[in-house]
Amino acid sequence: MSSKISDDAIVRRMEKLNKEAEEGGYHLHPDKEFVKNLTKGLLINEKRYGYMACPCRLASGKKEEDLDLICPCDYRDQDLAEYGACYCALYVDDDIKAGKKEAQPIPERRPPPEERRNAKQSMMTASRGETGLISLTYPVWRCKVCGYLCARESPPLVCPICRATKERFERFL
Amino acid sequence: MTEMGMVHVKGKNVGKVVLYALSTCGWCRKTKDFLSELGVKYDYVDTDLLAGKEQEDVRKEIKKWNPRCSFPTLVINNQQCVVGFDKNGIMEALKV
Repeated sequence: MSSKISDDAIVRRMEKLNKEAEEGGYHLHPDKEFVKNLTKGLLINEKRYGYMACPCRLASGKKEEDLDLICPCDYRDQDLAEYGACYCALYVDDDIKAGKKEAQPIPERRPPPEERRNAKQSMMTASRGETGLISLTYPVWRCKVCGYLCARESPPLVCPICRATKERFERFL
Repeated sequence: MTEMGMVHVKGKNVGKVVLYALSTCGWCRKTKDFLSELGVKYDYVDTDLLAGKEQEDVRKEIKKWNPRCSFPTLVINNQQCVVGFDKNGIMEALKV
């Protein structure tokens, strides 16, 4: 089933991911073969689930439960800052890109399912409480992937910084 | 315990070595390559290729060893577990 994705499609997606990464100040892993395999994994997941779930994590197949692990995942930027690479090592920092350092396997940052549910719940309660205190002309939305903030009626369809889609935004204020 | 979807890789017998992996994961691929490099006999299952009850059973089995159910998870002789592509940890656990 994995062999049905053509080499051509993988290369094209790789080029797209690389272009978007560089434009946003991110880098892909310098090992082309490694990136190619991960890109193939992303395309397999896109076909299998309907979205590009992280190739190094087991998706549930329910989009609302997997939003945080759609690539680029909610944990990429924190892992880049702490370890110089994301969980898969698809995205790396300047030093790894330049070959000065090697990407190492890192611990899983994604909380287990129960914790994720609880966090979602308390976030909803908190934002309800806060909106009562501050009166804003527009609500402020936060991209959970890169932290981009914008004040407007609703989040943008696509984050202008990291290209995460609308459903990856949360109400910040 | 399920044997569903297990793939056998031939090699030197250093005990029962079971690798829980994902077919799409780069670190899982590196772990498979490393085990083959070591030339040890092992079984692996690509958990993402299983569906429904089969996948659920494998998830439960992984959680016994690694509550976060992350990949790769390597279980040795039903006693010891190495999480992630940890070359030193793997060599120590396999005593090779």
